[in-house]
Amino acid sequence: MPDKGSVASAPDFSTVASGPVRSRAEVPEREGPASVPPGNPTVTALWEQFPDGVLRNRVCAGDEDVVYIDPERVTEILGWLHETAGQQYDHLADVTAVDYGGGRPIEVVYQLWSIPHRAALRVKCELPLDALEIDSVTGIWVGADWLEREVYDLFGVTFQGHPDLRRILMPENYAEGHPLRKDFPLRGRFSRAEQTRRALTQDPEDYYMPGEIGERTPQVVGSGADGGDDAAGSGAGVGTEGGDDGL
Amino acid sequence: MASSTVEYAVGRNPEMGPAGTPVPSPLEPFDAPEPELGSQTMLVNVGPQHPATHGVLRLVVELDGETVVSVVPRLGYLHSSFEKLGEYRTWNQVVTLTDRMDYLAPLIYNCAYVMAVEKLMGIEVTERCKVARVICMEMDRIFSHLLWLGTWSIDVGAFTPFLYAFQQREKVYKLHEALTGARITTSATRIGGMMADFPEGWTRGVREFADNLPATLDEIDTLLTCNAIHIGRTQGIGAISAEEAVNHGLTGANLRASGVPYDVRKDRPYYDYESYDFEVPIGCHGDCYDRYLVRMEEMRQSVRLLHQALDRLPGGPMDVEDPRISLPSKTDCMSDMESMIHHFKLITEGIPAPAEDCWFSVEGSKGELGMYVVGDGGPKPVRWRIRPPSFVNLSAIPKLAEGHLMADLIMINASLDIVLGEIDR
Repeated sequence: MPDKGSVASAPDFSTVASGPVRSRAEVPEREGPASVPPGNPTVTALWEQFPDGVLRNRVCAGDEDVVYIDPERVTEILGWLHETAGQQYDHLADVTAVDYGGGRPIEVVYQLWSIPHRAALRVKCELPLDALEIDSVTGIWVGADWLEREVYDLFGVTFQGHPDLRRILMPENYAEGHPLRKDFPLRGRFSRAEQTRRALTQDPEDYYMPGEIGERTPQVVGSGADGGDDAAGSGAGVGTEGGDDGL
Repeated sequence: MASSTVEYAVGRNPEMGPAGTPVPSPLEPFDAPEPELGSQTMLVNVGPQHPATHGVLRLVVELDGETVVSVVPRLGYLHSSFEKLGEYRTWNQVVTLTDRMDYLAPLIYNCAYVMAVEKLMGIEVTERCKVARVICMEMDRIFSHLLWLGTWSIDVGAFTPFLYAFQQREKVYKLHEALTGARITTSATRIGGMMADFPEGWTRGVREFADNLPATLDEIDTLLTCNAIHIGRTQGIGAISAEEAVNHGLTGANLRASGVPYDVRKDRPYYDYESYDFEVPIGCHGDCYDRYLVRMEEMRQSVRLLHQALDRLPGGPMDVEDPRISLPSKTDCMSDMESMIHHFKLITEGIPAPAEDCWFSVEGSKGELGMYVVGDGGPKPVRWRIRPPSFVNLSAIPKLAEGHLMADLIMINASLDIVLGEIDR
């Protein structure tokens, strides 16, 4: 999707944002600690603690504090939020990603909640499409394990240091790419016949051979699966790599 | 903490109960020297088609004798890509996708989704709608817990509670049907209100259900809570400490059984939950038995909430009176050209949302159900994300089951209360 200013065909929200629907002024996104007055004191503390790690902050949907941080320092900053006495964001509610399309960077979103202090914070990291790598936070929250696997599966973001980075919802031999990316067509890249053939030829026994449990290396998805560029036109061509042993 | 611990009149085996009643002892394990066996482990494939996995879940279990060495859950058999489908629909059309995820508590999902979108759009729903949604959500919390109770008792080897629970569930099915026309796929909410106002006499039906449920719960309580086999199979099984439970991201009854009083209804109240009088039950051992007790008590608290909500249900309109959000009445559409155009435009164009994102979570029946919606100024979501509580809860199963017996794995899986439609989405 293009930027909010340049939506041509969509209805203009500014005309709608009056009357009973609460008007929400355009939130400025300036650099610097005083850019947006946050409701959550953690945001101010983050600015003081990591003046060069925090990129900007904004307030969304009325009362939700969002902090954009440097992806390089994600474990450092989130670890600080988790450990520091006054913060204690001990509950990692969610890890997800947003692809806005149009070549914009993919946002990895961490939704935090502090059970002792009852405070919510959303931390975002922007990853350019040609460098979809970020450190895993499984060392801080064990619960991030499957959430990061899901982001890897559906968006293709690689989490460095993740103990078991495999696809989780899609089959392990899925070769059509990462479904939640905007350049991924709704019905997939392969033909229906090819998809059926692949589903039938996969051998479930592959995934639980003795000795493989617990010591699997992260599966590297084939080069044709990594995005829109080369896999898009490969309708039936890629199909041969799955082997013909099943049918 | 705003929540309070609920005292259970059940002692821990083998102690005496607080009331002085002896708690029947579970079967003692046979204590004899075991013959030396080989150290080879065995792989057992549980599911995906197995009643004890509560859906198409597949657990690859590595066994040393009967002891679980490791568990590797494999998901995705029910993956429908609801989040991707949602990006191709207008905000209102997504509602139909939400109840297909958790078909055990569809109204909670309907409500949670529209509440997130309404927060994104800055819509304040009417008082009647708020209370109506509280009624719907509490009713479906009981609805979901009753299914858990039935399947849980079957897993533990008791068939009767299953029948009792499903007898009560049938009443909720009928209430669903009277409200929406569908028994499972309710799709009852719309942005800014509900699909329709409550039908005539519907609240009386809810009241009747809430009146009759505690008797059934008491009966099941008698059958299970002090039952020796039930206690022996669940106490001390799958225990997790409070710190670990929080670190694993557990929510809902699974977290509260470990003694963490985190309930979204209390900690981040929505829809005036702070003004209702109810308690959040917490356990202290974090094992399967505590999860059972917590859910049983949650149903009783939900009955209290239902009564209070029914008492305070105000009159007035159900939908917001804003022509940009709510549809005109069908009668107007059929008789008035402008209303018909209005209806047509709202349906075909949808309601635009601002270019922002919004996170909203409610206390679902399985845990914290979060909805993350991202708009771009258009009538369709850029991203619609569900924070699936049972997905995160299930991710702790390798930790919970390690070192227990194969039969305990079934109880641990049952105690987590998962629904695969939401895990796979």
